[in-house]
Amino acid sequence: MNADKVLDAKGLACPMPIVKTRKSMKDMDSGQVLEIQATDKGAAADLTAWAKSGGHDLLEQQVDGDVLKFWIKKG
Amino acid sequence: MSVTPMTAAHVARKVMDNEPLFILDVRNGDAFADWKIEGGNIQYLNIPYFDLLDGVEEVIDQLPKDRDILVVCAKEGSSIMVADMLAEEGVETTYLSGGMKAWSEHLEPVKVGDLKDGGELYQFVRIGKGCLSYMAISGGEAAIIDATRMTDVFLNFAQEKGATIKHVFDSHLHADHISGGRHLAEATGATYYLPPADAKGVTFEYEALESGFEAGIGSSKVEALYTPGHTIGSTSFIVDDQYLMTGDILFIDSIGRPDLAGLAEDWVGDLRESLYQRYQALTDQLTVLPAHFMIMDELNEDGSVAKKLGELFKENHGLNIEDEQEFRDMVTKNLPPQPNAYEDIRKTNMGQITPEDEMQREMEIGPNRCAVR
Repeated sequence: MNADKVLDAKGLACPMPIVKTRKSMKDMDSGQVLEIQATDKGAAADLTAWAKSGGHDLLEQQVDGDVLKFWIKKG
Repeated sequence: MSVTPMTAAHVARKVMDNEPLFILDVRNGDAFADWKIEGGNIQYLNIPYFDLLDGVEEVIDQLPKDRDILVVCAKEGSSIMVADMLAEEGVETTYLSGGMKAWSEHLEPVKVGDLKDGGELYQFVRIGKGCLSYMAISGGEAAIIDATRMTDVFLNFAQEKGATIKHVFDSHLHADHISGGRHLAEATGATYYLPPADAKGVTFEYEALESGFEAGIGSSKVEALYTPGHTIGSTSFIVDDQYLMTGDILFIDSIGRPDLAGLAEDWVGDLRESLYQRYQALTDQLTVLPAHFMIMDELNEDGSVAKKLGELFKENHGLNIEDEQEFRDMVTKNLPPQPNAYEDIRKTNMGQITPEDEMQREMEIGPNRCAVR
């Protein structure tokens, strides 16, 4: 899936994946897609809940070995 | 303004002593709804940490001034962040050291009785997950029943008591938590016993636990009684004709569910026979010691989970359903969700897979869910 921006949050523990995601999103325009790569297992549930509460769209998520990948469209 | 950690052991003590506590749980809403620190005198506020990144001002009004505040998250990182932010606003809090993972792993030993000739019986209360393990000690020897994954706790406890672990039992093949039984036996040279009917897929050596089997420790004895129903092999234990370890067949305020190995319809008859005939044939004076509790109301004042069999026959709803069809419906329909990762947990307990420690922790997250009420 194409992304406008890629955030490498691998190796970061909670809460950093979300803190960084939020920061990256702030610099983006509505409708743009951010790809997030994380290794913290808690990121899946938290990113899903965070995207929902912030009005963003979690378009897709994949598991690639130890890396969790998420694509979120800014709302 | 300080931010101090509070250990899971400290929180467990507070819960057991029914002390007041305010928990600000900063996990996401689903995680909080699924599983949290339970206690009779706890007040809660759940606001996910990601909703507090812009500031904690709006939370402060919702925090009490007259009780300790504990900030809780999954692993501790987010709770430290939120506690720090609160400290900057002048609000003093503590955070749960190690988060809900540490809570899930904490074991609190509680003495449940004396055995003859100075022996002792201990219950290990895994308060965060509701698992109960047992150690009977007599004459410098110990037997352990339904040990959890945190084997160091049992090894250290036996050492403190000057006891050698001789026998390690599992009442059945567990589906909600990873057994420490095999590793305890390997570490101590003790014998590991499993009911053979549950051990079909097991990849390691074990001793078959047959009904009527007796093991001696010091002056005491542990007797096996076949009581299938939660699993086809489920076995209870009677210690010194005084204590009845019921595994996942009978709890204080509920009974075992027969579906975690996928065979609810087949095993419901066994479950009924174990509860309504085999236990009924025993003396009312036995103290029932289950392998789980589900709600904090099942704990006694001293933190133990134990009740006389006679009282359970009077009070436990699951032991008082006369109609067979009604009983069958209760234990096969409208069952609660299954425990987290229960299939992988069963495979781990059979030795078919060996996940890394961190993975084992993840697999065990959440409540045990072994009962129907």
